[in-house]
Parts: sequence; C-alpha cells; structure tokens
Amino acid sequence: MLAPIRTRKTPQKLEAAEALLAARPAPEGEARWAREARAAAEARLREMGAPARRDEYWKYTDPAPLLQPAPDAAPAMADDEGPLWAGTDALRLVFVDGVFRPDLSDDPRMEGVEIAPLSEALAADIHWAADLFGRLEAEGQSQVERPLAALNTACAAQGFAIRATGKAARPIDLRYVHEDPRADAMVRNLVRLEPGAELTLLEEGAVAARANMCLEVSLAEGARLHHVRAQGRDHERVGAAHIFALLDAEASFKSFTLTANGRLTRNETVVRLAGDGASAHLAGACVGDGAFLHDDTVFITHDAVGCESRQVFKKVLREGARGVFQGKILVRPGAQKTDGYQLSQGLLLTENAEFDSKPELEIYADDVACSHGSTVGAVDETALFYLRSRGIPADAARNMLVLAFLDEAVAEIEDEALADVVRARVAAWLERRSR
Amino acid sequence: MAALDETKVKEGVEKETVEAVRSIGERYKYGFESKVETEYAPKGLNEDIVRLISAKKNEPEWLLEWRLNAFRRWQGMEPPRWAMLEHPPIDFQEQYYYAQPKSMAKKPKSLDEVDPELLRTYEKLGIPLREQMILAGVEGAEAAPADARADARKVAVDAVFDSVSVGTTFKEELARAGVIFCSISEAVQEHPELVRKYLGSVVPATDNFYATLNSAVFSDGSFVYVPPGVRCPMELSTYFRINAENTGQFERTLIIADKGSYVSYLEGCTAPMRDTNQLHAAVVELVALDDAEIKYSTVQNWYPGDENGKGGIYNFVTKRADCRGARSKVMWTQVETGSAITWKYPSCILRGEGSQGEFYSIAIANNMQQADTGTKMIHLGRNTRSRIVSKGISAGRAQNTYRGLVSIHPKASGSRNYTQCDSLLIGDKCGAHTVPYIECKNSSSRVEHEATASKVDEDQLFYCRQRGMTEEEAVALVVNGFCREVLQALPMEFAMEAQSLVAISLEGSVG
Repeated sequence: MLAPIRTRKTPQKLEAAEALLAARPAPEGEARWAREARAAAEARLREMGAPARRDEYWKYTDPAPLLQPAPDAAPAMADDEGPLWAGTDALRLVFVDGVFRPDLSDDPRMEGVEIAPLSEALAADIHWAADLFGRLEAEGQSQVERPLAALNTACAAQGFAIRATGKAARPIDLRYVHEDPRADAMVRNLVRLEPGAELTLLEEGAVAARANMCLEVSLAEGARLHHVRAQGRDHERVGAAHIFALLDAEASFKSFTLTANGRLTRNETVVRLAGDGASAHLAGACVGDGAFLHDDTVFITHDAVGCESRQVFKKVLREGARGVFQGKILVRPGAQKTDGYQLSQGLLLTENAEFDSKPELEIYADDVACSHGSTVGAVDETALFYLRSRGIPADAARNMLVLAFLDEAVAEIEDEALADVVRARVAAWLERRSR
Repeated sequence: MAALDETKVKEGVEKETVEAVRSIGERYKYGFESKVETEYAPKGLNEDIVRLISAKKNEPEWLLEWRLNAFRRWQGMEPPRWAMLEHPPIDFQEQYYYAQPKSMAKKPKSLDEVDPELLRTYEKLGIPLREQMILAGVEGAEAAPADARADARKVAVDAVFDSVSVGTTFKEELARAGVIFCSISEAVQEHPELVRKYLGSVVPATDNFYATLNSAVFSDGSFVYVPPGVRCPMELSTYFRINAENTGQFERTLIIADKGSYVSYLEGCTAPMRDTNQLHAAVVELVALDDAEIKYSTVQNWYPGDENGKGGIYNFVTKRADCRGARSKVMWTQVETGSAITWKYPSCILRGEGSQGEFYSIAIANNMQQADTGTKMIHLGRNTRSRIVSKGISAGRAQNTYRGLVSIHPKASGSRNYTQCDSLLIGDKCGAHTVPYIECKNSSSRVEHEATASKVDEDQLFYCRQRGMTEEEAVALVVNGFCREVLQALPMEFAMEAQSLVAISLEGSVG
C-alpha cells in the first residue's frame, strides 16, 4: 500500500493552525473522554498545519477565506421562498447563526431515537458518543489530511448527538438559519444507528457567514441512513463541511447535497465500507452563478468484500462560477467483488465558467468493477434545437435541459417525496433566473 | 516469477497460461552485456563533469553556458515526490555521467570503422545497421529489394550506445530528400543554428528535476529536421542501449517538422541485467509547425529488474511536443513493458489553431515493477483536439498508475478531448490506479473522460465459450481486444515486436 499523502509543513501552515486554535478555545466542563478527544484533535491539527493552496487536495480551491481571523460580511438572503423542508413532517431542530435555539425547535423526543445536544453528550461520563466523537475524523485523516475537520473536533460546541435503535417514525430536520452577517459558526453532529435502525436526516440553510460543519456517522450492521442536505442560497457565505461515515456489514448510507450560490463551499465526504455488503451512494447537484466556487471532495475506501459505492455529482455553472470535483475510490487488498461507480459532470452555461475534475481510482484487488466518467461541456445544441422545433421557447427549453442534467443526481434521493421537493426548488430557481 | 506463485490463481486458468506468465520474469532476452572497452568520465557530478562532457563533444560556448545554467539550477531542485512510486533515494554522485566505447574516442568515418563488438551488439538486438552492405552491393544485396519497393520498408537507424551515437544509417538517402537525421552532437556541429533555435524551446532547461539534470549532462541522442513540404521517405528510428555499469543514460532527442512535413519516428531501448539500479533520464522535444505531422512511437523494454525487484532501470523521462503551427498533429504511441520504475508523461502543447494531439499507451507492469505514466494535453489554441487511450495491465506485485492532465484554456474555444483509460488486474497482489486531472475553462469545448478497472469481462468470455471456444481461446480473444486500439496505432515495424511483448504478458489475465 502506498504511503498516505502528507503535505509539506511550511512555517505558514503551522502558524495558521496555531491561529485557528487560538481563536477558538475548547469548550469547558466536559467529561474526561471528551477533553482527551479534543486534545488529540488539537495535536493533529498542530502536526498537519492549516490547509494551503500548494497542498495537493487544495489545488483548485483557495482555503484562505476559511482561515482568515474573521469572515467577510455575508448578508443573509431574504427568505422569499421558505425553508426547503417546511412541508415535510419532521422533527425540527433550529439553529440561528450556528447556535441551537430550543425556543424555535420541536421537543427533541422520538421513539427509538436518542437526541441530545452535543454539549450534554460530551459532558456525560459515559456516553455512546465516546466511541464516535473524533474517532472517525481521526481515521479519515489517515490517507489525506483534513485540518479543518480536526479543528472542528477540537473546538465545535454546537450540534447534536443522535442515536437510533429502531426505525425512526419521522425525519430529523436540522434547520440552520443565518441572520448576523458576521456570524462564524462551527457545528458538529454525531449519528449512530444501531443494527437494523433507520433514519432520515435532513439539513437545510446557509448556517452563517462562515461555517465549519462536521458530521460523523457510524452505521451498525444493516442500518440505513438517508441524508439530504440543502446548503442555502446566501451569495457571500463561505464554508467547509465534512462527513465521515463508517459502515458495517450490509449497512447503507445515502447522502445527497443541493447547493446554490455561496462564494466558497467545500464539501468533503469520507466513507469507509468496513463490513461485507455495505453500500454508499453519494450525490450532489449544484447551481452556481458569478463569484461561486463549489468543491466536492470525496474519498471512499472499500475495505470489505462485496461492497458497492456510487457517486453522482452534477454542477451547472455560469458567469465566472467554478466547480471542482475530487473523487477517489480506494479498494484495499482483499476487498473483492467491489462495485465502484463515479460520475462527475460539469455543464457550462456561459463561456467564462470553469470545471475542474480529478476522479481517482486506487485499486489493490483484482475481482472488481470500478469505473468513472467525467465530462464537461455546454448545453447540447441539437437537443435544444429539437425542443425549439417542437414549439418550446429557447429559455424554457434550456431550463428543461439543465433540469434533466441535474436530475440524474436528484434521482439518487431514495424518498420520492423528498426528491420532488428538491426538483421543484431547482425548477423555481431556473425559472426565476431566466425571467 | 515468485510473485505469481504466492498469488492465488483463479479457477479456470489453464496451467499453460500460468507457466507462460511465470516465464516472463525470466525471459528478458536482451539482458546480455557486451564486452566493450569503455572510457568513463570520473564518477559523480559537478561543474567540471559538465565542462568535460561539453568539451568531449567540442561544443560551442553558448551550449556550455546553457548546460552550466541548468546544472546550477538543478543543484537547488528536489526530485518530484508526487508519483505513486517507491524507491530508495538516488545517489546522484554514485553515477557515471559519461561513458563511451573506447573505439569511439576518435569518431569513425563510417560504420565500417566501428568496433565489430558494437555492431554485434546491435545485431543481437535485431537492429539493422547494415545499410552499407545493401548500398555497396555486397553480402545480402541480392536479397535486397529494388529501391522503389524498398522505400516502404527501410528504416533509418541512429544507434546510441551508453553516452554516444554509434552511427546513423541511410543518412545520404535522407539528405537527398532534405531530411537531416543525425546524432544531436553532430547536429550541434553541423546545424548549430537549428539546434540553438529549438533546443529547450519545448522542454525548458529548468523544466523539472530530471529534465534539468538532462539539460546539464545530456550526452547524445537523435536530431531530426524535416524541411517544409517533405514527407520523410522512411521511418526514422533510434535504438538506445545502456551497457556500461553504474552509468546513467541521458539522451536528448529533438525533432522538428517544418511546415507541411511528415515524419514517423520509432524508439527502442534495452539494457543488460544487473543487480543494481541504473538511471535513465531522457528528454524528447518535438516541434510541429503549420500542417506538420509527427508520429512518435516507443517500445520501451529496459531491463525491469528480477522478480524480487532487484536491479532494473529507473526511467525518468520528459517527453513533450509543441504543436506550434496551425493544423499540426502529434501522435505519441508507447508500449511500456520494461524498467523497474517508469516516470513518463509524453505531452502535447496544442498551441496552433486546429492542432491535434493523440496519446496511445499500453503499460504493462509485472513482478515488482512500478509504472506511473500518462500524458498531458494542454489546449491553448482554438478548435484543438486531443485523444487519449491508455491501457494499463498489472500483474505480480506491480503498481501501475495512469496520471494525466487535460487542460482546456479559456481561449481554446471549440476544443475537444476524449480520454479512455482502462486497467486490467491480474492477481490480487498488484495495484492499478488512475489519477486524471481535467480542467475546462470555456463552455464551447467538450471533455469526456472514461476509466474502468476490472478483470476480463465474464459476459464476453461466456459469449465466446458459448460459440465453442475454449476458455484459453476466449481469454486470448477478449484480452487481445483490450489492447488492440493501441497496437493498431503503432507502425508496422513496431507492431510486431509490441504485439509479441504484449501477448506474452497478457496470457494469464484470466481470473
């Protein structure tokens, strides 16, 4: 096995890491195990240094806005279209500028599901979260350095610890409202599904002017987590979001992300398929216009027999918008019967948009079927011509083709009702833009 | 091939196949060493060595300065570490940077004066250096076909032995067509204006660690200039042979195809079997002007080391083509079967409007071999097109990586790229990796990339079996198809050699 990628430790990187830690002291009053996890993450970050443009995994994305002492002002967009999941029956937990607001939230109680604010979980002497908090993040650092996730483990005080033992009656909806144009948020969520448990986790909202989000997911045998995330529409917001998922045998993790706008969005998803027959489906659709950079960085490790992974990422870009996709499938020795699929596509609507893609395979087992495809191009003129010849106006025809392009990713959402909500929202955006 | 013994062989693989694959490890038939008295420059690298090489070649002042500048830059550089390659650090002071057969101290006027041992070496390698005989009407002349018919089959050869060019064949006939084909040291003497104009114009002296090292110490290599409108009357070829121990080979090839010309160039390489690793760091520069076309084919068969990874050539090569002119075209074809380590990315800079770059590659890594190879297609001009077809095959405990870049710049509107890279894994101890970078900065261009990694397709096998083929026949057919696209891109002269090399290696991809 080849050595993991380690970045060059320049003094600037190390100093920037110190500055990040100094700006956010670790929360107090926590149990010993939590303090230890935080200290270990701090040490990891000090050793790694902050991300820098010269690092291989930051080649296409400048991390500077995520590192500067305070975020640039990012006014919250007027909520003219209402929360995405407003019409979905869910247990709602509301954050304002990254701080949990019980007064705006539902009573966090559901049969078969334990829901506790992070601060409560980390203060308990014995808690299931001890097996999870910071553990998956640390493991996710083994191949590629992810300093901002270590920062989150070291400092995040907000978020929830959610554990399901059976099939949850309704989805949990984490709604992140953004109000203060200078808000700098850090949220950490933990999800543990016991054998056979099932849960749908929804996330929505711009969070803050700057957000460092991290989600650790541990799925026991046969557990199923559906995760659908919408990252808000604020134009100026910047953010980095990490997901670390560990799957036991026959477990299934499906995650879909919808992004519109945002000056900088870096979504890192790190999945390890550790039990035979586990499966992970990751998908993303994004629509970007103007000063927009959207970066999907995915790392899937196949570590057991007969696992399946699937990635479908679609980006529609115009007027200077940039899309980045860095996806890797690692098949470890012995992970036979692996089925790995990866698709990344960029649709450039205007001449000055850009799409950069780096779809990687690293394979150490022979009985595998792995493939990836990546394409960049404009709207198909012949398809457009066909639609117009059928009497559909140019703008409507173009929107139709853009929707069809994105739909391949949206269709990855298993719950049809949720997929329809996403579809309707995207259609409304395109409609409005072309008006 | 001990590696395969440990490897679990899949059911249905016939014994013959396993044997055939096993034998590849032992079957490096070019591993002999020629007993040629060799003159070395002192071991190690410093400014004096650079001066010595330059003086040996009686080079003009500007070239010495160029070398020294490169050397000074190189001293401050570090070897690249981004490739998926693992090897102990190379001690650059433990190498000889210049070795020439003693008999070559005074340059022979013709091949007749060349040390017979040298000629025998090339004979053993199957390289025809026998032009004189045909022309002089001596031995074999009767068998030689008439001139008109012979044209199609003739291959002009430049033979490079360690640090010097032994001889170049068919020079006169080429000269009649206006084609200059000689060793680069000769070109420096006889066509300094061309060398000065183009040397380092595609791969700058300080391009990367190994290219910079090459710029400082390059010893010999081939030079080709095809004048405007000329279709080179025969295939040109260079055969590189490393013979001397602990000697690095640093050849430099420069090919210029002037407006509307065409040339096809072949390159082959072998080395003796030795326990120690040897360094090979070449630079190849191609320049294609308006409407010119260059076809560059390589069969790389340096000694790969034994089955335990002992010995073998470290092959660090910088190859780049500059499609400077409108509608120019460059086609790289490579069959990489040798070397302990391959680090090689033949690239195209598509500068001219409507220029075209193609890259066809078969990379086979067996036993402990490591290959990190691929291409870069840089689209700068409008309506430029590129096509990449890469087939990687890993067996034993080898690691095989495709690494590529397709970059479409904002001004390269209407450009097009198609990339396909497929990997085949034989056995459960090897690795196959794909690291493509795709950058598209305008919307009127289209980039498509596809990659797969698998073993032989069961459905195809089943279909063939159902038609009455044996398992082995079916596998041979399917696997043959896996490489065909690339094999077909090779000129006849190489297709045969490549096919047999690939065939041996591919038997046993059943699994």
